[in-house]
Amino acid sequence: MKKILSVLLALTMVLALAACGGSSAPAATQAPAAPAATEAAAPAATEAAAPAEDSKIVVGFAQVGHESDWRTANTKNYQDVFSAENGYDLVFVDCDNDNAVQIEAVRTSIQQGVDYIILAPIQSAGWESVLQEAKDAGIPVIVADRQVDADPSMYDAFLGTDTSVEGKLAGDWLAEYLNGAEANILVIEGSVGSSAAIGRTNGFNAVAAEHPEWTILDSQSGDFTQTGGQEVMESFIKSYNGKFNVVVCQNDNEAYGAMDAMDAAGITYGVDGDVIIISYDATHDGLKYTLEGKINCNVECNPIQAAYVEKIIQQMEAGEEFATYTLVEDQAFVAPGIESAYATTMTQEVLDGRAY
Amino acid sequence: MNNLKALTKKQLFLPIFSMILVMLVNVLFDIADGNNAFDFFSVSMKGGVLYGRIVDILNRGSEVAILALGMTLVVSCSAGTDISVGSVMSLAGGVCCVIIAGFGVTSVSTAAELAHPIWMGIACGIGAAILAGIFNGFLVAYMKIQPMVATLILWSAARALALLICNNMIVYVRMDEFKVFGSFLGPIPTPILIAAVCIAVLALVLKFTALGTYIQSVGINKRSSRIAGFNSAQIILMCYTICGLFAGIAGIVNTSRIYSADTNNIGLTMEMDAILAVALGGNSLGGGKFNLAGSIIGAYTIQAITTTLLARGVSTAQAPVFKAVIIILIVVIQAPPVKAYFKRRSAAKAAAKEAV
Repeated sequence: MKKILSVLLALTMVLALAACGGSSAPAATQAPAAPAATEAAAPAATEAAAPAEDSKIVVGFAQVGHESDWRTANTKNYQDVFSAENGYDLVFVDCDNDNAVQIEAVRTSIQQGVDYIILAPIQSAGWESVLQEAKDAGIPVIVADRQVDADPSMYDAFLGTDTSVEGKLAGDWLAEYLNGAEANILVIEGSVGSSAAIGRTNGFNAVAAEHPEWTILDSQSGDFTQTGGQEVMESFIKSYNGKFNVVVCQNDNEAYGAMDAMDAAGITYGVDGDVIIISYDATHDGLKYTLEGKINCNVECNPIQAAYVEKIIQQMEAGEEFATYTLVEDQAFVAPGIESAYATTMTQEVLDGRAY
Repeated sequence: MNNLKALTKKQLFLPIFSMILVMLVNVLFDIADGNNAFDFFSVSMKGGVLYGRIVDILNRGSEVAILALGMTLVVSCSAGTDISVGSVMSLAGGVCCVIIAGFGVTSVSTAAELAHPIWMGIACGIGAAILAGIFNGFLVAYMKIQPMVATLILWSAARALALLICNNMIVYVRMDEFKVFGSFLGPIPTPILIAAVCIAVLALVLKFTALGTYIQSVGINKRSSRIAGFNSAQIILMCYTICGLFAGIAGIVNTSRIYSADTNNIGLTMEMDAILAVALGGNSLGGGKFNLAGSIIGAYTIQAITTTLLARGVSTAQAPVFKAVIIILIVVIQAPPVKAYFKRRSAAKAAAKEAV
C-alpha cells in the first residue's frame, strides 16, 4: 500500500515538474525576437537588429505580455503594421507582466540604438531614469496603452484608451435608445479600485447626472467574474424585483453571470426582453450574445492601436508636428434591430471580421 | 429558566445564536424600510424553482460548507490548516473542463464536440483533487512538515497548474448535463443537495465508525495515540485526502455554476472562508475535539453576512470592513475569557440572590 502510494506521489510530482517546465516554452515561441532580458538572449536580439538595412526604421516595442485575448490581438496588430513590407524592423519584446524584464528590455533597445521605442508600461511608476537614458541617447519614446507616472516632457507622445470615454459612450447610447424614457439602473461594477472600473463608472455616471429621469438604484462589485456577476444579480433581483429596467455590467463575464441569474428568476432581457443589458469589453463571446440580441449594447476597449503609433512615427520622420496625446477611439456594438449614431449594429460579418 | 440555562451551555448555542443574530439584523432593516418584517426569510416558488434570500444563503454557502467539512478534520487531527483547498478547487475545475473539452479548446456546446464524456471529466477533476490531498497529507504526516508550509506548496502550485492545463484560457462547457451541478435539480438548487449529501455521508461515517474518536485522539496527542495503537500518520494522511476530496467536489460545483473553468478565480481566497467557518463554529484551531455541525453553521454564517451586506446595498468598498466587524464580534463572544466572565457574573448573581 505504502509503496503504491509513494510511487503515485512521485508520479504526481514528476508530472507537476514536467508541466512547469513546459510553461516557459509557449512564452518563448510567442516572442521569437525577444531578448527576454537575460544576458544569454540579449546578444541574439542585437544580431537580429544589426543587419537591418538603413532604409528600414528600427522600432523597439516593449509589450506588457500575453495575459488576455485582448493583449494578443494588440500584439498581432503591432506586428502587422510594423512589418518588413511596410519598411519597419520591429524588435518585439514580450515582457510577460514582469516589470524588471520590461525596464531591461527598454535599456537593451537604447543600447542597440533603435530609431524609436514603443513602451506599453506594465507599472506606471519607476520610469524616470530609463526615460532619461532614452532622452540622452536621443531616441524618441512613445508610451502606448497605459500611462506612466512621469512628466510628459520625459517622453514624446502618449497614445491609449480612456475607460471613462467607454463609460460615457455606454451612457450616450442608453440616452439615445431610451429617448427620454425612465431608466432604473443597476450597476455590476468591476474589481474595486481597478482603473477600468473607476473610469467606466465615472464616465457613465457623468451621463446619468444629466438625465433626471434616470435613477441608479444600486451599484455593487462583481469582481469582473462570472460568479460575482451572478451572485450580485441574484441579490439585486430580490431587492429590486420588477423595479429595474437597465443592468450595466462592467465586463462581459459579469454579464454572463447576470444573464444566468435572470434566467433562473424568469426575467427576460435583451432586445425582446424587459431589461436592457449593457456590457463592456466586446470579447468574441460577448459579441456573440450581442448578435443574438441578449446583450443590447457592448462597448469595446479597442486593441487596434498600432496604426496611430505608425502615424506618429511617420510624422516624426518627416519632421512634421505630431499629436503628443492621442486617445484611441473606442467603439460600441449594438444588437441587430437597433440603429444608433454611437454604435455599430452587429452582423455575422462584423463578428467574423474581428481580430480577437 | 433552567431550560434556557441548559440551552446556553450547549456547545452549539453560540454559533447558532450568532447566525440568527446576523439574519435578525435584516428584520430590523426591513421594518425600517417599511417592508414586510420577514421579507428576508420569505421563500417562494418562481419559475418552477425555489426563490428567496434563505435559498441564496444555502446555495451560495454550499462550497464553503463542503470545504469546512474537510477543513474540520484536518484542523482536528493536525492542529494546522490546509490553505491549498481554494487552489485545489481551481485545479479540479480546470482538469474537469479540459478533459471534457479537450486541450486547447475554449468552448464546447454540443455532445459531438466533447473530447470525453462529462462523467469522466468530473471523475478526473475530483481525482486530481484527491491526489493533491494525498500529496499534502504525505508531507504533513510522513515528512512532518508544518501543515501551513506543506499546503503552501499547492496553494500556489495547484492554481498555476490549473492555468497551464487550461492553456491560460477560460474553458467553457456549455452543456446542460454539466450545468446541472451548479443550477437546479427540480425546484432545488443542486449545490444545496450536493452539500447535504456530503454532510450526511461524513456525519454517518463519523457516527457509525470510530473514525471521529481516532482523529480527535491523534489531534489531542499524536504520540500517546500512537502508543495506544493508532497509526497516527495514516489517520492524518486520510484526513488530508478527505479534505482534498471535498475540495474537488466544491471545485466541480463552483465550475458548474459558471459552466467554465475560470481557473484564475475559482475558489480564490475560499480557503480563508473555510478556516473561518471552522473557527466560527466554536472549534479550536489548536486541534483535538471538533464539532462538525459548528463548522457547517459557521460556513452558512459567513454566507449570511455576505448576503445581508448585498441585500442592504452596502457599497462594495465598505463591505469588507462591516464583515470584519461582525466577525470580530462573533469570535469575541465565543472567546474563553468572555465566556468565563459571563459565567462568573451569573454565579455572582446567583450568590447574591441566595444571600437575600
